[in-house]
Amino acid sequence: MSLLGEDIVTGKGEFVINIGPQHPSTHGVLHLKVWLDGETINKIQPHLGYIHRSIEKMSECLSYRNFIYVTSRMDYLSAHINNQACALAVEKGLQIEATPRGRVIRLLMAELTRLQSHLLWWGCTGLDLGAVTPFFYAFREREAIMDIMDETCGARLTMNYCVPGGVMYDVHPNFQKRVKDIIVQLRSRFDEYDQLLTGNVIFEQRTKGVGYLSPEDAVSYGCTGATARGSGVSCDIRKWFPYDGYENVQFNEILGKTGDCYDRYMVRMAEMKESVNIIEQLINNIPEGDFQAKTKMVLKLAKGEYYQRVETARGELGVYIVSDGAASPYRIKYRSPNFSNLSALEVMAKGAKIGDLVAIMSTIDLVIPDVDR
Amino acid sequence: MFLKEYFGTIYKSVKSLLSGMKLTGYYFTHPQEIQTEEYPDNRATLKMFDRFKGEVVMPHDENNEHRCTGCQACEIACPNGTIKVITKQEVQADGKKKKAIDVFVYHLELCTMCNMCVTSCPSDAIKMAQTFEHSVYDKKQLKKVLNKPGSKIMEGVE
Repeated sequence: MSLLGEDIVTGKGEFVINIGPQHPSTHGVLHLKVWLDGETINKIQPHLGYIHRSIEKMSECLSYRNFIYVTSRMDYLSAHINNQACALAVEKGLQIEATPRGRVIRLLMAELTRLQSHLLWWGCTGLDLGAVTPFFYAFREREAIMDIMDETCGARLTMNYCVPGGVMYDVHPNFQKRVKDIIVQLRSRFDEYDQLLTGNVIFEQRTKGVGYLSPEDAVSYGCTGATARGSGVSCDIRKWFPYDGYENVQFNEILGKTGDCYDRYMVRMAEMKESVNIIEQLINNIPEGDFQAKTKMVLKLAKGEYYQRVETARGELGVYIVSDGAASPYRIKYRSPNFSNLSALEVMAKGAKIGDLVAIMSTIDLVIPDVDR
Repeated sequence: MFLKEYFGTIYKSVKSLLSGMKLTGYYFTHPQEIQTEEYPDNRATLKMFDRFKGEVVMPHDENNEHRCTGCQACEIACPNGTIKVITKQEVQADGKKKKAIDVFVYHLELCTMCNMCVTSCPSDAIKMAQTFEHSVYDKKQLKKVLNKPGSKIMEGVE
């Protein structure tokens, strides 16, 4: 790489190191260029594009029914919620609504996806901060959720279960029993999680007071999800712009106070409990009827622009479709949560030590394919 | 005051570490609660979930007959160009010509198991199989022809 103006170090003793793209703590191919003074971070610059697959352009070449599966590959840990966002946007354009049964099934699956995503994040946060045990404990519960996905959707991660008008097929007969089992299992395990990691002195020392993000910065950088809620910014799309029947369920929006790594951690831990509450409210009340609304073979959206936002496990995902009346979209834009959350990394990490950078990155909960798309 | 705080911190720290150790110790002494899953080498008794999407197959009955009419709905529904249906004109017994499949080509290397071809099929000719080991040394081996040689369409399927 040539020595550009930005590469020139100014201060005495300042030097530049590259973290990634093949570094385990970056959770993927993220390349961070860090200007250091000793161990203190002066400046940090993410370099993107290592896993860019032009998903937006790919979506524009496919029909409205087919482009939904591509979005599973953006934020692969909340693949179902991505598909749900696209299905909702297409439904908006078609001016139809999913069937009541389809909506509830979708919502249940979305909350299960959020749970498994947060469980993986919890394990990885422990792993990043030097605790290997939580990783195995988190995967024990995550596997049980994955089995539900496998049984009902036919795939563990990229399930492609949402279609415009509902879901692809009905839930498996074992679904309700398995979900009830996992609720009981998770309720008893949350205490174990707190015992293992939350109260741990090493973990507290490494996260409390580290990576402070002020509410003003969170808003100005467009942070959403637990990253912004940790700073006390109320931004839960499920509360503000309810979709798929979130207005009918009771749950709390979790807000942090200080905006450091520990608060972001606590927000996600509490969100898991809220997800379990939502699932518990709905699992016995799945309405009877069709799981999928009748739609035409070839979907054509009326000319216009459609925007749908959903709350993924990481923040707000927006799907913006411009239609010119043809069978495939004229333009698609995804507003991904991780891209905005990553842009706030410099504010959080400035002045921190390089060891804290790992803690900050793991509490933002980055999924790199979602940053690059 | 300072001493009290100092020793209080030490007490809390040791307590938090020991409570974590207590949990791991519990699982260490209760090996029946550990749920490690091994790689499924038990091929004979292995039962996958019946909806698991492994690869697309075309079921044939005992008379070597399938249900595919060659309507190419799956080819249109596939987002990746995985399926190529090559059709031919077959002369019926009463002299009429009818469209039938010549070869049903399936590229496993392009398939993302999205299930869109199976849901779009009007005559239930294809379905998802529960196989899961697809790695081969040569990419060409992943190109499959799904209709068996000499097979023909089942009676009554339109």
